[in-house]
Amino acid sequence: MSKIRVATCSLAGCFGCHMSFLDLDERIADLVELIEFDRSPLTDIKIVDAAGVDIGLIEGGVCNAENVHTLREFRSRCRILVAVGACALTGGVPALRNRIPLQECFAEAYLQGAGIEAPQVPNDPELPLLLDRVYPLHEVVRIDHVLPGCPPPADAFWELLTALLAGREPDLDYALRRFD
Amino acid sequence: MNGNDFTFVLDGENIRFEPGQTIMEAASQAGAYIPHLCYHPEYRPRGSCKLCTVKINGHFGTACTLPVQPGMQVENDTDELNLMRRRVVQMLFIEGNHYCPFCEKSGNCQLQALAYHVGMQDSHFPHFFSLRQIDASHPEMLLDRDRCIQCELCVRASRETDKKSIFGLAGRSTSTNLVINSESGLLGDTDFSIHDFAAHICPTGALIPKREGYPIPIGERLYDHQDISAVGHLHPNAAQRGESK
Repeated sequence: MSKIRVATCSLAGCFGCHMSFLDLDERIADLVELIEFDRSPLTDIKIVDAAGVDIGLIEGGVCNAENVHTLREFRSRCRILVAVGACALTGGVPALRNRIPLQECFAEAYLQGAGIEAPQVPNDPELPLLLDRVYPLHEVVRIDHVLPGCPPPADAFWELLTALLAGREPDLDYALRRFD
Repeated sequence: MNGNDFTFVLDGENIRFEPGQTIMEAASQAGAYIPHLCYHPEYRPRGSCKLCTVKINGHFGTACTLPVQPGMQVENDTDELNLMRRRVVQMLFIEGNHYCPFCEKSGNCQLQALAYHVGMQDSHFPHFFSLRQIDASHPEMLLDRDRCIQCELCVRASRETDKKSIFGLAGRSTSTNLVINSESGLLGDTDFSIHDFAAHICPTGALIPKREGYPIPIGERLYDHQDISAVGHLHPNAAQRGESK
């Protein structure tokens, strides 16, 4: 039987959700009997295989144009897409900038902040343009499952993946669906 | 009328009540939990958060405001009502700015606990990311309007218990806003005190003491292991004394 293909990705997040996933520790050995990683910081593959994968886990919110592109491509290549963690679900800590106009953010970071020499707002074409706000994933693409938490506990990843592999609905009990 | 007439049916169970009680009061007395945020047994009900919406003889109504009548058929813990309550809690989350991961109230917050109770895992709706004023002018208490759900518990506690009338609601609809009764509009220019009842009644982290941070470790907070239907909520008297329950 071919293995279930899984991809993971981080947008505007801190990779804490990926670290929590790694807290599965020795259970990862059981998992790799059943799944195979495609795009992921764990494999260093940068783009999901064009044939697509079965399950995509994505952490972080959407803060710039590159995030939008990555998220849409990820969505189109993942049969089941899982929004992982507070930033993916609410914008999280990066969304704290949502109360500050973008021009003021730029001015503080690049023009008026302490210790700045030759102040200028970076404008290289390679730099992704910031969005007006940091958005949760569900405001940009359709999401199939969620894992709340900052980060979600390793056991929540385990329940989600084992449920999806068994073809049943994930059922997070009280301790596994906390918001902090 | 004999004593047997003072019963009504809640989720199929016969429950006795005392004349004049609301559905909420009768249910609480019988040990049945009806979800609520703006209701507090010591204050006149306001019926605004809509979480205690039940179905009475087939019609929706708020359990905290409606008096029980003999023979009433009340549905409370049903899939239909709990899904509606989940949507209500999700709307409360997206209207304000509720960042649980770094909120000092997390783990002891009734809004968060209600979200857990109704099975909320995501916010479902687009976020408003509303711009609200934070008031840090008071030496002992912080007013973070981002976390305010406009339940008016501080308004009622300040007016009815503390006899100070420091808080009020102004504006309508999504512009509704908690305002302060001082010329500057700042909390620091009132005689509000950390010892006031109103300082400890907020169900969320909108009104919190300064310089406390995160006094209770994760894992030992009120709602870390138990549902709000089992542990209830912090009583302001207990909170004033610094007790965890």
